[in-house]
Amino acid sequence: MAHAHDNHGDHDHPHPVRPDQDDSLTYYRTMEIAVRELLIEKGILTADQIRRQVEDMDNRTPLRGAKVVARAWTDPAYKARLLDTGNDAVEEIGLDRGPYKLVVVENTPQVHNVVVCTLCSCYPRWLLGLPPDWYKSRNYRSRMVREPRRVLREFGLDLTDDVVVRVHDSTADMRYLVLPLRPAGTDGWSEERLAALVTRDTMIGVASPKA
Amino acid sequence: MRSAAYNRVMNEEPGRSHHDMGGLPAGPVAAGEHEYALWEKRVDALLVLLSGKDCRLMTVDELRRNIEALGAEAYDRMSYYERWMHSIGQTLIQRGVITIDELGRKMADVEARAQRGES
Amino acid sequence: MTTAEVGRRFRPGDVVRVRAAHPPGHVRTPYYIRGHTGVVERVCGSYPNPEELAYARPGLPAQPLYRVRFLQCEIWPDHTGGAEDTIDIEIYQHWLEQG
Repeated sequence: MAHAHDNHGDHDHPHPVRPDQDDSLTYYRTMEIAVRELLIEKGILTADQIRRQVEDMDNRTPLRGAKVVARAWTDPAYKARLLDTGNDAVEEIGLDRGPYKLVVVENTPQVHNVVVCTLCSCYPRWLLGLPPDWYKSRNYRSRMVREPRRVLREFGLDLTDDVVVRVHDSTADMRYLVLPLRPAGTDGWSEERLAALVTRDTMIGVASPKA
Repeated sequence: MRSAAYNRVMNEEPGRSHHDMGGLPAGPVAAGEHEYALWEKRVDALLVLLSGKDCRLMTVDELRRNIEALGAEAYDRMSYYERWMHSIGQTLIQRGVITIDELGRKMADVEARAQRGES
Repeated sequence: MTTAEVGRRFRPGDVVRVRAAHPPGHVRTPYYIRGHTGVVERVCGSYPNPEELAYARPGLPAQPLYRVRFLQCEIWPDHTGGAEDTIDIEIYQHWLEQG
């Protein structure tokens, strides 16, 4: 997505899209192989466990979170349970309840929520997969707590003055999922059709779903 | 690389750790993201397994602390999973799960194998 | 072994102030919020202290954790966003004082 390249301040240098680096041995790649082999030799982990964990992570995508959102949009009683005890509600629809306490924050016409982890990169991975580079970047972590409306505008989200912005800095043992606002013009849509509108960025709070 | 505004704030706030960046001046958020390389996913997997309930050989807290202990220059220069790998190695050494000697020898072995064209 | 837990001092709605201390080491109270006053939005539960877990210690007794809500306009001197905009942060009890 396009954004203004101002000359003020630092500019993040995101790591460009790069092909799988398995053909070049950097220092830390070497360390990864060495540590993995040592742990396997010592009987602490098995190659199979590691391979399965990589696969599990690959299978965790924002589609999971989208399923939760679509259910909440169509079932008000479910939504109430989700907002009250997130982990239980997620498990209720057959998803992994996750290792951390889940707090779901609801966007309304009056309130817009957005999530950041200023100290590192805490993120509801079991519902959204791995976080994108920008979420972990210096610029996002620095500025989202200070000037959220400006940062959101850079993402293409313009909020009017009558909307309250709530930034959630995920500093401890909770993980946050934004329940985005259901777009107009979706009455009677199936959960599946609704879920397709719910992107990862809408569940972080830097975008709004559009029908 | 860092702006004058950033440097000024950091000089005025000596108690602020380098990683604790909420509210600091910074540039536009570049919307880039990259497809994770296999080695990066393996690093992630190591942390999940080592800190998981079946293993409990390290915690995410130690992971974070060892990342935070990187100097400012290294923290900024290294990629996300390079910082993780560094930290996992440090933590396992601190915990006595592996020794520096073992790790050094194994890393040299990995490199030698690569030179010889083996996997 | 019993998991000891520190007694909870605060409830939702209580005004609390974040201590303005700056120790080195693994601290999960962000620098920018220290010294500021907010309102307890909810009690999150009690958890082992990450400042201790970070050094491979058990972090017990578990510390109560609170979500505290702060007004943006009270934290940043140059705040230009909405007057009601907020930041919600999870803060451990030992970092909080009565506001």
